[in-house]
Amino acid sequence: MDKLKEHGLMRAVNRRVFLQSSAVGLTLGMTLPSATTAETAKLGKVKNTASINAFVSIDLDNTVTVLSKHVEFGQGSYTGMATLLAEELDANWQDVRVEAAPANKALYVNKLLGAQGTGGSTAVASSYQQMREAGAVARALLVAAAAEKWAVPAVEIDVSDGVLTHAKSGLKASFGELANAAARQAVPEEVRLKEPSEFKLIGKEGTGRKDTGKTDGSAIFTQDIKLPGMLVAVVAHPPRFGATVAKFDATKALQLSGVHKVVRIPNGVAVIADSFWQAKTAREELIVEWDFSAAMSASSDEQMLEYKKAAEKPGIPAKVVGDIEAGFSNSEKIVEAEFEYPYLAHATMEPMNCVVQIKKDEVRVWNGCQSQTTDQNAIAKATGVPAESVYIKTLLAGGSFGRRASKDSDYVLEAVSVAQAYGGDAPIKLVWTREDDMRSGYFRPMFFHKLRAGIDAHGKIIAWQHRVVGQQIIAGTRLEFLIRDGIDFTTVEGANDLPYKIPNMSLEVHNMKSPVSTLWWRSVGSTHNAHSVEAFMDMLASAANMDPLTFRLNNLNDDPRHREVLERVAKESRWAEKTPEGKAKGLALHKSFGSYVAQVVDMSIDDQGEYSLDTVTCVVDCGIAVNPDIIRAQMDGGIGYGISPALMSKINIENGAVVEGNFDRYQVLRFKDMPVVNVHIVDSQEAPSGVGEPSTPVIGPAIANALFSYSGKTRPVLPFGIKV
Amino acid sequence: MAIKLTINGVNRQIDLPEDTPLLWAIRDGVELTGTKFGCGIAQCGACTVHVDGRPTRSCVLPISAIAGSNITTIEGVESKAAKAVQAAWNELSVAQCGYCQSGQVMSATALLENNSSPDESEISNAMNGNICRCATYGRIKTAIKLASTKLENQGAEHG
Ligand code: FES
Ligand code: FES
Repeated sequence: MDKLKEHGLMRAVNRRVFLQSSAVGLTLGMTLPSATTAETAKLGKVKNTASINAFVSIDLDNTVTVLSKHVEFGQGSYTGMATLLAEELDANWQDVRVEAAPANKALYVNKLLGAQGTGGSTAVASSYQQMREAGAVARALLVAAAAEKWAVPAVEIDVSDGVLTHAKSGLKASFGELANAAARQAVPEEVRLKEPSEFKLIGKEGTGRKDTGKTDGSAIFTQDIKLPGMLVAVVAHPPRFGATVAKFDATKALQLSGVHKVVRIPNGVAVIADSFWQAKTAREELIVEWDFSAAMSASSDEQMLEYKKAAEKPGIPAKVVGDIEAGFSNSEKIVEAEFEYPYLAHATMEPMNCVVQIKKDEVRVWNGCQSQTTDQNAIAKATGVPAESVYIKTLLAGGSFGRRASKDSDYVLEAVSVAQAYGGDAPIKLVWTREDDMRSGYFRPMFFHKLRAGIDAHGKIIAWQHRVVGQQIIAGTRLEFLIRDGIDFTTVEGANDLPYKIPNMSLEVHNMKSPVSTLWWRSVGSTHNAHSVEAFMDMLASAANMDPLTFRLNNLNDDPRHREVLERVAKESRWAEKTPEGKAKGLALHKSFGSYVAQVVDMSIDDQGEYSLDTVTCVVDCGIAVNPDIIRAQMDGGIGYGISPALMSKINIENGAVVEGNFDRYQVLRFKDMPVVNVHIVDSQEAPSGVGEPSTPVIGPAIANALFSYSGKTRPVLPFGIKV
Repeated sequence: MAIKLTINGVNRQIDLPEDTPLLWAIRDGVELTGTKFGCGIAQCGACTVHVDGRPTRSCVLPISAIAGSNITTIEGVESKAAKAVQAAWNELSVAQCGYCQSGQVMSATALLENNSSPDESEISNAMNGNICRCATYGRIKTAIKLASTKLENQGAEHG
């Protein structure tokens, strides 16, 4: 317990009472009112008990603290978790604050991922029920405490805005006043959840965000962690994929002030100093001789040629429907297309970093951690310390877009390896420069797509062949078991579940090998698959002499939610109106992470033949809209993130080395090029689905389609730049 | 030899090598961590502070070049414009991950300190050097306009 406090993993809890103390007390080792055996036994009978209780605590000053099992990296998870819990608790929203839950899979598993972690736009979807139940149970305990204290029937007690009231007697008490007594109540066997008509927070506007401190510099990221005795490490990484250290000379580096040690680690040579600038300056003085014998020497251009060659032949079947050959022979028209997608860096605003302290029997980690269980297990394996003794303090992360959900905990293990090589138990902060970050790999894989489709005389697609050529992401990860018959679902997602009804279809995959490490990148497979499918749809529409909207409506499958977002976006964007001179517009539709998104982009073309994006109309159906303002922000930001790979972002590899190292050459969307985004949320009573990723893959094809409608030219190579 | 800087109104003797960039003097020397490291080559704006009132990329500015200057960081910014910017940012929930936002607030504040009602292109020019990978640009623009309105109203009240 003391150790935990000292570590800052747990806030001091003297004046705080944890509701449902037993589960929290047992698991987290806190000094709390002890639970009786009877209570503990009962806990086992209540639905979801193990996890219900670890989500909320109430201070005597009425502060309600919600523990978020989902990292906050801008997507709004803190606000989402707080909204769900506070809704059922009937808390006063102003009294609610959020902190990150500790790493504890038993309590904080993400049921949709099978581990504690955030990703796949699952935060709200996976917690919608659970966080509401946690709030409802806490509410019931407060009510029971009030009923006992006032000797009135529980059913006569109202709860609203953090206050319990008994109307008949006029008695009133705040959450804080009853918190201690509530913690002693028996856990209810069942709780009632609100009907949507009773919601005061869910779906409401103007609630604001709970991840505060971001406009005055007070929010703390991994980069900002400062601990007594902490040292900073900067690593000289292999300049080419597959290179290793042959030998190094640190004589000059060690002469610089503040430098403590220079150590060899599996992934390079680490300089450990008092501060970042000292470590980085010393790294420049290192002489490292690299062993390039096993290093990659190919370029990404050469790889692309191989990919193209592979696409000539049939691949591993990922989806087969009907008879593709018959489909083609019955087709009135056949259209073909190819698309090239480069490697992409996540380029989070905060470059990767991690603080690690290895003690005798435990490891402490400070990190904007996205995959607590994966990281705990990886660290346990690397250090021999049991996973439950790997304490992770999850911090705000300066973006992730998938990068911090490293499939093999790469940067976290690098920090561990530095701490191990350094020896002793000083906390070590590993800091990557932008160049370290951008050249580290873990890219969105490079892909080549080849499509061929046939349409009949009525503008119906009757044959669809799609070959996807690229690297698997999940090979070699804990998710590898999900590779079925050679198909990594991340390669084909977005290509195997089309919104269109196609009687004859063949989706094929070529798995390519490369020393370049790859990773999920905001919306993963959809980043390329949605682009190919939706840009190809406009080519087919053109071949069928149909308007892109009409052509899509003509080919939609039976899922009414596709139709709804499509028709709505047409209406909101005034699709039917004639496009004036010097303007163009494009449409795209895609479903990912359970959410349906349709977008129309409006652009202007100047006399230089350069275009600019004016407006994006975005319609989303993500089920029940828990926080509309955050949904709008995620659509908006997701579109901004998706514009970069369409217009300007590309990682090139030459002779096994990443060419781009920083924002001077790896171009990303800036202020001037951001369109106005108008978001419309479909009113839905379906279960909530993801919002962090689904808008990203739709904007690229919408832009490509606007350009195609304007110039008649297709854009087979991404990024396609700013010229029409 | 220590270099003299005034940081957020406090006179400091910075005892670091003179080629140390201001960013690291602020973060590690003075231990103010609101100013962020994003690129180190004056490309992203995360490290923006005010040097004698001007928005400046602190990651490429050696402390020797600005001895005696007046530095304001996100922690110390307190002009009317700054307050209006922060209030507008909070009102519109501009920040997503937040990592770029200290820099955004500093750039926007400098803009409004000099020009309380900037037009679209003045806003664009002032903000184009600040990358936001969460792409909060749309809300930043709306928030600057809101802050500008707040300032104009204050001005009207006082005038
Ligand atoms: S860190 Fe200074 S501009 Fe990017
Ligand atoms: S808010 Fe995340 S980089 Fe701007």
